[in-house]
Amino acid sequence: MDLFHNLAIGLSTAISLANLLYCLIGVFVGTLIGVLPGLGPTATIAMLLPLTFALQPVSALIMLAGIYYGSQYGGSTTSILVNLPGEAASVVTTLDGYQMAKQGRAGVALTASAVGSFFAGTVATFIIAFFAPILSEMALKFGPAEYFSLMVLGLVASVVLAQGSLLHAIGMVILGLLLGLVGTDVTSGTQRFNFGIPDLADGIGFVVVAMGMFGLTEITRNLEQQESRTIMAKITTLMPTKEDWKRMIAPILRGTAIGSAVGILPGSGSILGSFAAYSLEKKVSKNSAQFGKGAIEGVAAPESANNAGAQTSFIPMLTLGIPSNPVMALMIGAMIIQGIQPGPSVITEQPVLFWGIIASMWVGNLFLVILNLPLIGIWVRMIMIPYKHLYPAILAFCCIGVFSLKNTEFDIFFMALFGFLGYIFSKLECEPAPMLLAFILGPMMEEYLRRAMLLSRGNPLVFIQRPISATLLTLALLAMLAVLLPSFRKTREELKE
Amino acid sequence: MIRSTKNFWTGLIYIFFGSSAIVLARDYGMGTATKMGPAYFPSILGGLLIIIGIISLIQSFLQSRTPIGKFAFKGMALVLGSAILFGLLVRHTGMIVALPLLILISAYGSNDFKWGTSILMAIGLTLFCIVVFLKGLGIPLPIIGPWFGG
Repeated sequence: MDLFHNLAIGLSTAISLANLLYCLIGVFVGTLIGVLPGLGPTATIAMLLPLTFALQPVSALIMLAGIYYGSQYGGSTTSILVNLPGEAASVVTTLDGYQMAKQGRAGVALTASAVGSFFAGTVATFIIAFFAPILSEMALKFGPAEYFSLMVLGLVASVVLAQGSLLHAIGMVILGLLLGLVGTDVTSGTQRFNFGIPDLADGIGFVVVAMGMFGLTEITRNLEQQESRTIMAKITTLMPTKEDWKRMIAPILRGTAIGSAVGILPGSGSILGSFAAYSLEKKVSKNSAQFGKGAIEGVAAPESANNAGAQTSFIPMLTLGIPSNPVMALMIGAMIIQGIQPGPSVITEQPVLFWGIIASMWVGNLFLVILNLPLIGIWVRMIMIPYKHLYPAILAFCCIGVFSLKNTEFDIFFMALFGFLGYIFSKLECEPAPMLLAFILGPMMEEYLRRAMLLSRGNPLVFIQRPISATLLTLALLAMLAVLLPSFRKTREELKE
Repeated sequence: MIRSTKNFWTGLIYIFFGSSAIVLARDYGMGTATKMGPAYFPSILGGLLIIIGIISLIQSFLQSRTPIGKFAFKGMALVLGSAILFGLLVRHTGMIVALPLLILISAYGSNDFKWGTSILMAIGLTLFCIVVFLKGLGIPLPIIGPWFGG
């Protein structure tokens, strides 16, 4: 069968010695940043991106992907042990995970999380392998109008899930699109919005924006509220009882299904999946009374879901060249830097790269189980590193990393500017994630809009006359309307609490 | 009477960026809907941003939201300032001065800053960065800059 043949190609790439090493580095760094306070995958990948220029494209992407899904594992460790979510996606795990830890069952919670994540990761790998070729094939038929509408849908989805006011999130998207247009206009060669600064001829680097708004802004915000971390729980046994295993199976299956499905949606990634899986479990479980008091289901389900979602969120990126979250936007940037044009043709033109990344995810998940269960002791010590010792190092790496992009200190100043903007926007409760997505998509959207309008001889109705494009726009409209519904609004606000 | 300072300031920021885009784009050539010039798309976006900004301004008088939280000026100034200072200095002084400065100044933003640990950290990190980034990855930054005869 094709699927297995393709996975075999991928696996043979992924288990070459060099790629195994980069995969291991990726998941190690991922777990590390998941465990360490105040450093998320977006800032880390932005920081490490310049270092991957020298690598083979497939190795670079394997490593960066490993950082992302690895951070999901690490994030749950801190949720369980110190009641602080390492990553946004592991917020719900604190509810029952930390309770379990308080009852002396921290090890069991960690195992439930790791086993669930591993199972979900394995299933998600197959889902990607199965759906990606189908989607790519479909996407090859897309014209400029469809691409434009798809991007609109992606941006709308990111807005729907953003925190704070919907109106402001839309504003952030438009601002992001505008900032993305700075630099040389591809079609006419005109220099736009560059204020005569030659360094802006190629536009503002997306790594600069990401490091500013996610790296520096986060540091400044964390300095406002310095937390102290104490581990309440000791890890005694990692082994769940027979009863625990029985209770875990169904939640893991359901969590995987929800997480995978939600992860594919543009704009969501892993966060929504974990919330959805937890609330579903709470509704259907026989033990729903125990939720919030240390129910193993409340750890297994969201942990499976966030890992599945983290992986399936690669699907739109790999098949359509459209990022579903800021991390995927950075992956697209990494591909472009490596000279690969992201989009549906990647699968046919770069099969080794494509299947190599997918197969490496399964290998990476295997590494992660080993890293997170037998070697848990290392991470427990890492959790205790105080933030005040970390952030000067993060800042130093950001400055050197951003300099190395084009060997110009100009980028450091721009990073600081975006750090400032990001801080202001965070005070105004305007989320930076939709802006970064729009920033990447800006120039592409303009190109597709131009081409679509050229083909239709200036008739804007083309976007609703072509069926696929019309469907995508309808979905975007429905998503937008759904936010305005009072019931959805309520859940959206509850999710963010 | 402004009831939501968040909406008020966000509105003003959006109107500022939106109108700047439109004003700056006037130099670029509009083109037509069929053959869009470089000003077409940014002008549309600028217009939309202004509309959103205006709605946000109107909302600020109608809806109450929690007021804007306090700005941590000290932390922000130290973090961003140390990064800018590093950018200004690094070519002239080299890593050996610019990086410890970055680390010490930014570390000063912490609630319990201690000279001892911070100096140790500055020395350790500077050595680490020189070995890994300059020697290992060949990033073209001087270790000792021209100001110190490097």
